[in-house]
Amino acid sequence: MLRFIARRLAIAIGLLLVLSLLIYWLLDIAMDPLDDLRTSPALNRDQLIELRVQSLGLDQPWYQRYFTWLTNFVRGDFGVAWRTGQRVNDLLGGAALTSIQLVFAATMIALILGVTIGLLSALRQYTTFDYAITFMSFVLYALPIFWVAVLLKQYLAIGVNDYLNNPVLNWPAVIILSVVSGLFWAGAIAVGLKRQAIVFGCAFAVTLGSLVYILTSDWLQNPRIGVVGVAVIGLAVAYAVTLIFSGINNRRALYAALTTAVVGVISYIGLQWLFYYVPMSELWMIGLLVVAVAIACLIGWLWGGPDRAVSMRGAAVVAVLISVVVYVDRVLQGWQIYMNASAINRRPVATIGSQTPNLGGDFWITQLDKWTHLLLPTIALVLISFAGYTRYQRGSMLEVMNQDYIRTARAKGLSERLVIVRHALRNALLPLASIVPVDFITMIGGAVITETIFNWAGMGRLFVTSLYGSEIDPVMAYIMITGALAMMANLVADFLYGILDPRIRVNA
Amino acid sequence: MSNDDNTRDAAADKQRPDPFQPDAAIDADPLATLPDGGEPDQAFGRGEGVGTAKEVEGLSQGQIVWDRFIRHKGAMGGVIALALIALLALTSLGVFGIPGWWRIQNYNASGDVVNGAAPTLTLWPFSLGEHPFGQDDIGRDNFALVMKGIQTSLMVMLVMGFITVLIGVTIGALSGYYRGKTDTFLMRFTDLIITLPVIVMGAVLGKLINTLPDKMNWSYAVTQAIRDNLPLLLAIMLGLVLWTGLARLVRSEFLTLREREFVDAARVAGASDWRIISKHILPNAVGVIIVNTTLTMSAAVVLEAALSFLGFGVKPPSVSLGMLISQYQGAFATRPWLFWWPGVFIILIALSINFIGDGLRDAFDPRTKKIPSQRQMDKAMAEIAAGNSSAEAAK
Repeated sequence: MLRFIARRLAIAIGLLLVLSLLIYWLLDIAMDPLDDLRTSPALNRDQLIELRVQSLGLDQPWYQRYFTWLTNFVRGDFGVAWRTGQRVNDLLGGAALTSIQLVFAATMIALILGVTIGLLSALRQYTTFDYAITFMSFVLYALPIFWVAVLLKQYLAIGVNDYLNNPVLNWPAVIILSVVSGLFWAGAIAVGLKRQAIVFGCAFAVTLGSLVYILTSDWLQNPRIGVVGVAVIGLAVAYAVTLIFSGINNRRALYAALTTAVVGVISYIGLQWLFYYVPMSELWMIGLLVVAVAIACLIGWLWGGPDRAVSMRGAAVVAVLISVVVYVDRVLQGWQIYMNASAINRRPVATIGSQTPNLGGDFWITQLDKWTHLLLPTIALVLISFAGYTRYQRGSMLEVMNQDYIRTARAKGLSERLVIVRHALRNALLPLASIVPVDFITMIGGAVITETIFNWAGMGRLFVTSLYGSEIDPVMAYIMITGALAMMANLVADFLYGILDPRIRVNA
Repeated sequence: MSNDDNTRDAAADKQRPDPFQPDAAIDADPLATLPDGGEPDQAFGRGEGVGTAKEVEGLSQGQIVWDRFIRHKGAMGGVIALALIALLALTSLGVFGIPGWWRIQNYNASGDVVNGAAPTLTLWPFSLGEHPFGQDDIGRDNFALVMKGIQTSLMVMLVMGFITVLIGVTIGALSGYYRGKTDTFLMRFTDLIITLPVIVMGAVLGKLINTLPDKMNWSYAVTQAIRDNLPLLLAIMLGLVLWTGLARLVRSEFLTLREREFVDAARVAGASDWRIISKHILPNAVGVIIVNTTLTMSAAVVLEAALSFLGFGVKPPSVSLGMLISQYQGAFATRPWLFWWPGVFIILIALSINFIGDGLRDAFDPRTKKIPSQRQMDKAMAEIAAGNSSAEAAK
């Protein structure tokens, strides 16, 4: 195993070296650092050109400059963006963090949505629902992201901001949304005309009711979840998680999940005091999440029974979801202060940048600010990549459902839930292990366009502006980092697959 | 061949459909058990391939694929939509110097702004009007621009597809057929290209052809020639980046096919390597190549648009759909039609090609079965039930 990793690492480093040489050569041909001086009307033009040639070392042959660059790079000095005189190391730090934040959020959401919808689509193969999902994923697949991004900016951001300042209920839109929701749920969870009609009616009514409530009450001006909301959501989550993971007949698992939900609601009240008196940070958040999961595991263990692991797992999932709800609630409590801040000026959905400059405020306000900025680019990225996951998950699920062991599982009388969750879904998720790491890196590349449109100071934008301005050092730093990440991702993908699937052996 | 390649092959093999996989569609297909006119050499029972054997009896591989493709509604829709778009773009502006029927042939010419530059297209009663897709701020006709953009996109797509096939098949075939050192070298080269996201490589190459004339101080004639053929050069550059996926697929296909008996037979009969590759193995791999190329082509349309949007692709005076969107994104609030039309056509083209690709994949996939509709199923079930009861009555 060690030999395998060492071998792959050696190959990756070798490839990276060759890649850097190739790209440096290409960039040297492609870039023209003198373009603005060539057409300059300045009297001392030749002198200026001479000066720049001297400072950038353009009089040396390219391979000589490459070796200078390489020795500096290996020492950890990534060079200078010469137009602004900034050091690339300083530029990269913030940019990499911004990019990874954006892409990570988008990948996670796309993955969860894509897998769920792909699974549903596969289970309802050859129904209208399946065809509709397939068609939709084709359309999303063909969408150019820059086009979607401009539309999102125009309609979502400006539309929502206008609506918040001048709430006029748009009845046709509300009804269309409710009908779509009704059709979706009817197609996704019901079989047979009568059941579908019932589900459609329920989903339609619930969506319409909650939309009208949200839009006509002052909820949008002062959004909150509150202790009642947390309790309702917590119990519903506990019930749903048990239903999916262990079946409602497993009483101990159900009680463990419900207990966790109740403990969550009680600690919600206590946490409000903590949040009030102690200034929070990201580290605190992670710490609290770990504590929540630990408590949930304890609850699951105490309920015990013949299979403790199932109860503990269910309780832990419930704890994570309730923690998210509590977090969202606390972030939303800052909504009004945020809305009325002078830097926001009652237009909360941001179209450019990754944060509002000069906003001020405590941890919660900056968190809220981060989310309002993440909203649009994340939607744009999710729309594009989610289609791929849906197609993929549908295909792999269909392939698994045709396997003999599924037939065996059904034949021995397992419930359909068990067959799908435990026998089919687990195996259908396997190939994702080799796709997601690679995809994550591709997304960092794909974020080039998203970052440019939404003006995020991320890696992609750094690449585009530097390539535009003929600054070779930042571009090379970008290429090396993306290349290294891609190779790592491939390695991780192969490795993960080897561990997860015993049919594939990783041998050295 | 090195060991880590084994891992990758195995992973790739796993993802490829297994042709010997029993398909649930057959088992559940009531038509397979239909009591038929009682022909003597008719296959009976619920066994595997009973329904299929009759369906494809006496047809060549090409005929089977063609039949399936024709039957695929999505693919046919894609073919028709793409043909209509191509027809519209090619006849309206003309191609190869042949003038088209649209009165504004010089798409870059500015004119008087009519009707507040708004689109004059009306669907009912249908009339094009002066400027069906509207005009921009200096009075250029958006219809002519968009049509030219479509022509560019289609041209980029075809050239790119051709180059991808050329490079991808050559490298994949050599690598898979000769294995050993050749394989290692070629696949390392492929890894090198595949490492960076295509848009990054595309941007670097796009920048390269855009700056080269100025930087090298080439003569006016050469510079002008490059400017005029910018989309073509860009397409070639994109082809140089996008072949990697196809090469890997062709290689793994060749790795399997070269172990088959008919290849041994050909070798024993004294066929040269070239003959085995081109006459014996390649025709068997043609399905993979066609399907993958189609899907790559749709990616290429969007990629070219994205590059032009970023400013590393097609530049004025040449026109492409991505460039139009990039140019007019600021005018979205005042002249939304300048933004909508190019975008809609990019989506339509990419969507049609995706559907065609999907249809081709189904057509080449030996596991694909004709899916009977619910009504056909009910009818067949009723017939079976009727047949059973009459048989019992006869006893």
